[in-house]
Amino acid sequence: MNKYLKNKKWVSWIPDVIMAAILLGIGIIMVYPVLYEVFVSFSDSVQFVRQRGIMVRPAGFSTLAYEIVLNAKPIWTGFRNTILVEVIGLVFNLTLTSFGAYFLTRKNVLWKKPVNILIIITMYFSGGLIPTYLTVTGYGLGNSIWALILPAAMSTYNMILLRSYFSTIPDSLAESVMMDGGGHFTILFKIFIPLAKPGMMVMLLYYAVSHWNSWFSAFIYLRDVDKAPLQLVLKNMFAEESTELLKLINKFDNFDSLQETVRAAMMVVSTLPIVCLYPFLQKYFEGGIMIGSLKE
Amino acid sequence: MKEKNLQPKNRKYILAKDFRRNKVLYLMVLPVVAFYILFSYVPMSGIIIAFKDYKPMLGMWKSPWADSWGFGNFLEFFSNPFFGRILKNTLLISLYSIIFSFPAPVMLALLLNEVRLKKCRRVVQTVSYMPHFISLVVVCGMVRQFCLSDGLFNNLFQLLGVDSVNSWLQIPGAFRTIYVGTDIWQSMGWNSIIYLAAIAGVDHQLYEAAEIDGAGRWKKLLHITFPTIRPTIILLLIMQVGKTMNVGYEKILLLYNSTIYETADVISTYTYRKGLLDFDYSYSTAVNLFNSVINFALVIIANKISSKVSETSLF
Repeated sequence: MNKYLKNKKWVSWIPDVIMAAILLGIGIIMVYPVLYEVFVSFSDSVQFVRQRGIMVRPAGFSTLAYEIVLNAKPIWTGFRNTILVEVIGLVFNLTLTSFGAYFLTRKNVLWKKPVNILIIITMYFSGGLIPTYLTVTGYGLGNSIWALILPAAMSTYNMILLRSYFSTIPDSLAESVMMDGGGHFTILFKIFIPLAKPGMMVMLLYYAVSHWNSWFSAFIYLRDVDKAPLQLVLKNMFAEESTELLKLINKFDNFDSLQETVRAAMMVVSTLPIVCLYPFLQKYFEGGIMIGSLKE
Repeated sequence: MKEKNLQPKNRKYILAKDFRRNKVLYLMVLPVVAFYILFSYVPMSGIIIAFKDYKPMLGMWKSPWADSWGFGNFLEFFSNPFFGRILKNTLLISLYSIIFSFPAPVMLALLLNEVRLKKCRRVVQTVSYMPHFISLVVVCGMVRQFCLSDGLFNNLFQLLGVDSVNSWLQIPGAFRTIYVGTDIWQSMGWNSIIYLAAIAGVDHQLYEAAEIDGAGRWKKLLHITFPTIRPTIILLLIMQVGKTMNVGYEKILLLYNSTIYETADVISTYTYRKGLLDFDYSYSTAVNLFNSVINFALVIIANKISSKVSETSLF
C-alpha cells in the first residue's frame, strides 16, 4: 500500500478498503456461527449457561460433551446406517445415471426421443408427497432402508449433467471400439467413464451429499429407531424435550445444563468430516456448477 | 394405395431393425425407464385420489369419487379458514426470498470480483461456501440453539440494547426473518459461483477499450460486468419465481412449532400434516395438486414475461 501512497493513488484504494471490510464482515458472519458451536461444545456446561455476551472462547473447558457423544450408541448407529445407505445408494446412482446419460448421447436410436420426453416430463410434474408415500409403501418398502435408496436411485439433473460431459467425447472413439468388436458396455466402461472422470466425480459428490443430508424420507418411512440414518438421529436429538437426548445425559447431576453443550458436540462431530473435506473437493463441485449452467 | 399398404409393414421392419441394432442400448436404459415409471409415473397416476374419497382398504382405483363431481376436496380446501393463511405465508416467504435471498449472491459475486486484494477474495470465497456443506438438520439445530432464551441472538441483541425474549422461535413475527436470514447465510456463497463464472468469461479487451475511453471503475461495472451476468440473473430469477408456491417443508418442519403456525405454516407443511399426521390422504393430495397447478402456471407466465423483456427464456 505504501507504494500507492507515494504515487498519490491512494484515493483509488478507498473503495477497495471499504469492499474488503464488507467482505471481511461477510466472512466473519459465515464462520462465527460454526465457531460458536465449537466453543459451546468445549464449554463447561454450567459456566456456559451463565455466560453472556459474544463468545470468543469456550466458557471454561470441558470435554464431557464429547465423551457423552462418542459413547452414544444412537450416534454410531446413525453413522453406520448413513454409510450403508451411501454405499448401496451410490452403486445404484452411478450405474443408472451413467447408463441413462450414455443412452441419451447415442445417435440413430429410434426410441431416444420418447425416452427423453419421458424423463423431461418428470422435471415439471411429480406425484407430490402423499401419492409418492402411498406408492412407496405400496411397494412394501415401508420401514426399510430401500425406501431411502430406490426412490432416490437417480436424479434427472445429475443425468443431464453427466450427459453434457459425455457429449464432449468424440464419436470416433466409440466407433473405433465398435470396429474392434467391442459393445456398448465396453465403450461405456473403457472409454466414456474414464474420459469423463471429472463429471463422474462431480456426480458422485452430488449424490453423496444428498444421501448424507437426507432425513425426511427416513422420517416418514422408517419406524425402527435402529435403522435411522445420522441426520434423523440428530433431528430427534435437537427436538425440544428430546427423550433420546435425555437418555444420554440423565445420569449426570447437571443434566439440564448439559443439553446444549452435548447438542453442540453432536453438530461438530457430524459436520467436521465434511467441512474438513470440502476445500479439497471444492474444484469438483464448482466444475459441476459450470457445466450445469452451460446446459441451462 | 400401394404405398399405404406397405407403410405398416415398413414401420414394423424399421422397428425390428432398430431393436436388433440397439438391443444392448435398450437393455441399458431399461432400469432407467423402470425407475421413472415406478417412482415418478405411478405416483403421478396416484394424483387421482385428489378427486376421490380415498379408503386405504379399497385402494386408489376402487375408492369412491369425492362429492361435487369429484371436486369436493378442493372445495373443502377453498372454504377452509386456513386456506388464506397458508397461501399468504407461502407467498410472503417466497416474496422475501426473492427480495432478499436472490440479490445476495449477485452482490457478493460483484464484490468479490471488484476487490483488488486477491488474498481477501480467495479467503472470503472459500469461507462463504462452507455453510452449504452443513446439513439442513444441523443448520436448523444451530438456529434452534441461537434462538433460545440464553442463546446467541439474545446475547447479541443485549449488546445492542434490545430486550431478550424467551425464545425467538416462539414469536410469530420473527419467523420469516429467521427463515430468510438463515437461507442467505447458507446459500449466498454457493450461489455466487455461477455469477463469478459468468464474470470470468468477460473478454478483457472490453475493459481495456473502456479504459481508453475514460471509463472509471463504476462505469465498467455498470456497462460491462453487470450486462454480462444479466442473462444469468434473469434465468435464475425465472426459476425462482417459478418456485413461488414451492416453499419446501423440510426446513420449516425442522424449525416451526404450533405457536408460530400463524406465520410459519405454508402449503407444503400443511399438506404434510393433513396427509401424514391426520391421514387425510385425499384432501392433502388435493391441496398439493392445487399448489402444483398454480406453480406450473407461474413458470409459464414468468417465462413468457422474460422472453418478452429479453431474449432469455427457459424453453
